[in-house]
Amino acid sequence: MQRIQHDGTGGSHEADESSPFAPQTPQEVESMLSAIGADSVEELFDVPEAVAFDGEFDIEAKSEFEVVTEIEDLLGRNADRTEFLGRGHYDHYVPSVVDYLSLRSEFLTSYTQYQPETSQGFLQALFEFQSMIVELTGLDVANCSMYDAATALGEAAALAARVRDTSGSRVLVPETIRSERRSVLENYADGAELTVETYPLVDGNTDFDALSDRIGEDVVMVYAESPTARGTIEERLSDVATLADEHEAAFCLGSDPVALALLEEPAAVGADIVIGDASVLGLSASHGMGLGLFAVKEGYLRQVPGRLVGTSETADGRRAYTLTLQTREQHIRKERATSNICTNQAWVALRTAIHVASLGATGLSSLAEECVTRAAETAARLDEIDGVSAPADDRHHFREFVARTERPAAEVASELADRGFLVHEVGEYEIQVCVTETNSGEVDDLVAAVEEVLA
Amino acid sequence: MNYRQATWERETESGEAVNEPLLSEKRTETVTHDDVDLPDELVRDELTLPEPAEPEVASHYTRLSQMTYSVEHGPYPLGSCTMKYNPKFIEDVAALEEGAIHPDRPDEDAQGTLAVLHGLQEYLAEIGGMATATLQPPAGAAGEFTGLLVARAYHRSNGEDDERREVIVPASAHGTNFASAAMCGYDVVELPSDEDGRVPVDALEEAVGDSTAALMLTNPNTLGLFERDIEEIAEIVHDAGGLLYYDGANLNALLGRARPGDMGFDIMHYNVHKTFASPHGGGGPGAGPIGVVEELTDFLPDPHVRETDDGSFEFYEPAESIGKVHGFHGNWLVLLKTYAYISRLGDGGLKDTSAMAVLNANYLAERIDLDIPYGPFHHEFVASAGDVDAAEFAKGMLDEGVHPPTTKWPEIVDEALMTEPTEALSKEQLDVLAAAFTAASEKTKEELAEAPTTTAAARIDQTTAARNPRLSWQDVGGDDE
Repeated sequence: MQRIQHDGTGGSHEADESSPFAPQTPQEVESMLSAIGADSVEELFDVPEAVAFDGEFDIEAKSEFEVVTEIEDLLGRNADRTEFLGRGHYDHYVPSVVDYLSLRSEFLTSYTQYQPETSQGFLQALFEFQSMIVELTGLDVANCSMYDAATALGEAAALAARVRDTSGSRVLVPETIRSERRSVLENYADGAELTVETYPLVDGNTDFDALSDRIGEDVVMVYAESPTARGTIEERLSDVATLADEHEAAFCLGSDPVALALLEEPAAVGADIVIGDASVLGLSASHGMGLGLFAVKEGYLRQVPGRLVGTSETADGRRAYTLTLQTREQHIRKERATSNICTNQAWVALRTAIHVASLGATGLSSLAEECVTRAAETAARLDEIDGVSAPADDRHHFREFVARTERPAAEVASELADRGFLVHEVGEYEIQVCVTETNSGEVDDLVAAVEEVLA
Repeated sequence: MNYRQATWERETESGEAVNEPLLSEKRTETVTHDDVDLPDELVRDELTLPEPAEPEVASHYTRLSQMTYSVEHGPYPLGSCTMKYNPKFIEDVAALEEGAIHPDRPDEDAQGTLAVLHGLQEYLAEIGGMATATLQPPAGAAGEFTGLLVARAYHRSNGEDDERREVIVPASAHGTNFASAAMCGYDVVELPSDEDGRVPVDALEEAVGDSTAALMLTNPNTLGLFERDIEEIAEIVHDAGGLLYYDGANLNALLGRARPGDMGFDIMHYNVHKTFASPHGGGGPGAGPIGVVEELTDFLPDPHVRETDDGSFEFYEPAESIGKVHGFHGNWLVLLKTYAYISRLGDGGLKDTSAMAVLNANYLAERIDLDIPYGPFHHEFVASAGDVDAAEFAKGMLDEGVHPPTTKWPEIVDEALMTEPTEALSKEQLDVLAAAFTAASEKTKEELAEAPTTTAAARIDQTTAARNPRLSWQDVGGDDE
């Protein structure tokens, strides 16, 4: 085998054959080998000849400048269009303070807090994140560990099956649920031997009579969303909760932290579990990256998947924080664990917490109110255009709404794209439009473009 | 070197001693929504949350950061977790505005993002010796779950799903392997280690059969040992009709030296946040792409990326896709950082990474005067604290200004100290770490019981935290005891 030529020059300007992030100099390598009693580094690899790899990946090393330039060029191929896109993933402005603080290397380059004495800061930040979610949901327990809303929903269904005294096999979800979210849920449900079925909505709101017909003793969980994927605010959540309760099914509500700042507390309407995507604060669009929101009532505490931070005391009597109830976790319970979560989204939870802290109660509430106002105002303006009816659902809306168009939605969406605007096409004659502070400055232009397209 | 962590001491209004008050103990505000155009019954009565001004937010989180140990403070030798230095330029790449797009954009509007995803699929396939890789799983354990869903879909397509209900996992495997298999509905068969710390081939032969769906294997394993019989192991599993799954947690030890695909593995996951670059951020985010051999590509999650005849890229749904394992496209920022990191290193840098990681581990092991029962090892080793409790030993190491290794695991070594220095530590840092091992081993039982004294918090009572769970600031203060 070829002797490795490690030259620890750092190589920040030009690419070379060694890793610029391994600090050993050739002299140090020699001295370390001599301490071990080996002649070469290759000697240390205990890989049988038959499976050793002596080929090339054909990946050319590049300088830092070359890599940055290449990626700038590549990403520059993304079209420069204004997004009016939502449907479960939203672009809110992230204050600069979130970046500056979360990028401190103590936060960015630490790991899971297995040694709490030297990890107090991150533990406190996660504890505060949990506390914010508890405040927003009104439920007793929130974790700080889930990947995104879809996987959190999958974990919720598995939890619902575990906590039920009697066996059951069905999970009910609204027919408007995003197909992607349902697909993830089905993958989790499959292993838990559950099947997923839908119930209809009428005019953007749960069809309660239809749901009553579909529910039965074998239903372990009823899931509802508010706001829904169509942007409507559900009006019968308490009834759904009562119905679920009558059948010993858990009631799981999907929402997000901005909406929860304004809408009725999930605990007050009878939710047992709240899931959602909390990265709506802290992460911007990020091509769909998320942070699963997961909160439950106290009775489910020991069935919560993922990590939990609790308080305790130090030997000298000071309040301190630590990961807790770890016997639920995979590194102790193995196949009986409540989930396999290990690496999670802790840093995103930190960013979300800093974002909430920097908005404060007042700022977060105002942001939520604007989500109602902007959706209503934009819908009203589109409704004035001949050939458009908005909102299509006779409900209150949050951030987004569906508009009915006289021309096929595919044509409308495509022609809007030609004019620089992206909207969802959600039905043959339905588009969906989402407005936040990041695109509200271009609503005038969108309205003008819709007028042109439908003229 | 003796690092002492910053401490911030205060008393709260209720007289409780704390490091730094909770945001809720500083200032909160209760707001009501009187003016919003919604029916009262849809609106919450009130919301109470902290209301700090930006300078207070900055101070609070700066203080919290100072009470958090990180890779850039010093050694962080957690075994199998590969806590290495992360180059700074990848953060700049991740911050590029052009990459911050909505996941529902049509393909033609996201060609740059798709080009990066496609490039990374190719890189990972090459590095793993696989046909292609899907990037959707948001963590290594999510990759395991995805990989086993693919295995199950494969057996289903052969009409064998009903009989192949077992996944074999060695005792020394990560706990996630067991949990992931259980989440897919599989029964887990645990395989003991032989006296060399490796998978016993004869026991494996007995364990496999018509009910075997897959064997999950880490190689090098959690003791840092290469499973030398891998060819025979692969043959046994394949002859029985099972699939071989590679847990990529220790891939950092093998980059460019051996590829899972060449060893006979059918499915693997990559912990790109360990092997390549993405800071662990207090526990994540990571990403756990999985690679598969040609025969399994049709089962990959929806969507996958491919290049079309005109050189553009598109998402498509593989023919017999298992569906989705993440609501959108996975942890994009982590994937972008991985692409940047691999591009920076190239062939030579990747190979050098493993070479230096293995050199560092062997050098460190040489410098530590504790029993290291197995070998030869690759980028990590498991020392035994002997008659000292490994968790106590770790507290003693904290006082030497370093982060201790993973303790008490794997259970096959008494009082295990599972240590992985990575390539990122200099010889000087390795010597500091070795000195910390020595210092801890010279401490008396009483001295260990009083450690740590150089951290922001003294020894924390974790039993009370579990017995009396207080999990939010709503539970703190007052008379809840």
